[in-house]
Amino acid sequence: MAKDRRQTKSKYTADRNIPGAFEGETVTRRRFMTGTTHVAGAVAASAFALPALGFALGPVFEKVERRWEAVGAPDDFADDTYIPKVITETPGIGEVGKTTVYVRRHNESIDGPQKDEYDGFIAISTRCMHLGCPVRFVPASERFICPCHGGVYDFQGKVDGGPPVRPLDRFYTRIRDGQVEIGPRFSVNSELRRFSPRDPGQELDGIGQYVYPSRPTIRKLPNT
Amino acid sequence: MKLKLPAPPIPEQLKPAPRRPGERKPSASDTLKEGGTSAVAWVDERTSLSGGARWMMFRKVPKGTNWFYTLGSATMFAFLNQAMTGVFLAMYYDPSPTNAYESTRFITNEAFLGEFVRGMHKWGSTVMVILIFLHMGRTFFFGAYKYPRELNWVVGAILLILTMVMSFTGYLLPFDQRSYWATIVGVNINGTGPLVGPYLSDFLRAGPDFGATTLSRFYAIHMLLIPGLIAALIGAHLYLVAKLGTTAPPWLKAESDPELRKESK
Repeated sequence: MAKDRRQTKSKYTADRNIPGAFEGETVTRRRFMTGTTHVAGAVAASAFALPALGFALGPVFEKVERRWEAVGAPDDFADDTYIPKVITETPGIGEVGKTTVYVRRHNESIDGPQKDEYDGFIAISTRCMHLGCPVRFVPASERFICPCHGGVYDFQGKVDGGPPVRPLDRFYTRIRDGQVEIGPRFSVNSELRRFSPRDPGQELDGIGQYVYPSRPTIRKLPNT
Repeated sequence: MKLKLPAPPIPEQLKPAPRRPGERKPSASDTLKEGGTSAVAWVDERTSLSGGARWMMFRKVPKGTNWFYTLGSATMFAFLNQAMTGVFLAMYYDPSPTNAYESTRFITNEAFLGEFVRGMHKWGSTVMVILIFLHMGRTFFFGAYKYPRELNWVVGAILLILTMVMSFTGYLLPFDQRSYWATIVGVNINGTGPLVGPYLSDFLRAGPDFGATTLSRFYAIHMLLIPGLIAALIGAHLYLVAKLGTTAPPWLKAESDPELRKESK
């Protein structure tokens, strides 16, 4: 077997007759210098790389504040059909930030008993839960239809056919100063249980809520 | 009357040598040629670039090299076309959600040659993707990905992915209905990746919804981040091609020297 030649040298610089060596020294000055240069380079590189990376990744951890927007008096809405209303979901970017919401009054014979103060009106998002195209409510068939890949949802927004993986998202609603207000978005599973908003294409039944975790940027209202 | 200036009193050794008998006076083109050569020589003496250029350009190529071998350069020129037209499109384009569509409309309808340059960029992107796949098919069917060229295949595959990222981020920039909804769909497809998907979507959009900085984020990725990476990786790709050489087409049998095939006695 070949002898490991590294072992033949002592690890102490003094034993290797290096000039200026002192008792117990194991790192040569040359090695120390090389190491210092590498560390200095790494510090300099991370000094600009880490802040820049954090700057780019920051929005992933930042909660976006949601607003409530009045859409009309409670008497404007029926409990057996939807009224389309345009709200601004993202302010400051013009038309792109607006979205259509279908609003109706809570109907005990369809929706069961009212859950809480945010359930007095049902506000359905037009975001298709397949890949995010805008759905349209067709009153004649009492269904939501997606133009892109043929997703169909029933009157409550539950999946009736096509590729969508869960019912249409909803918005919290409340009444303030005699006006119906549309608030933050939330997602629902096939039993209409509330979840923090998920993007389209992400299931919420079974292990879906763990495979597609909720994000720090957007959450449902606490205790709802 | 022609006025002749007196010659400066310079020492004998520094005076230019008189022409030899029969030697003609150097013409203007001779002087120009001489000047060009000496300028190139001046740079080369200080950089030794000519060695590298010779190494890159005067390579031995195998027998049977044919037109299919030009697909790689064709792809590179498609990229150069994208880079060039993209730089000039950026002079007119405004990546803000309220002005992007209007600036695109200005480029298309009003800027001089704008429709042409934008068309070059738009159709050039499709041409580049097609050429990449043809180049990849050539490499695959000629077996040019095999030892020792595996790493070059890997670099090429990364280049393909980066080109797809370019296509995805560039598609949003005209900011019409089609690009907006295509981007929504594309980001949501990214989001269906288990566990990391939701965070990836948030990263792409810079938030939970399509927001104020989504467009400028896509623009920065499209014009700064990915082109730099692609240019660097094209450099690595070309270096490996020059270093390893190209392969002969698979239908050519290897010819060894008959001397070497002789049985040794």
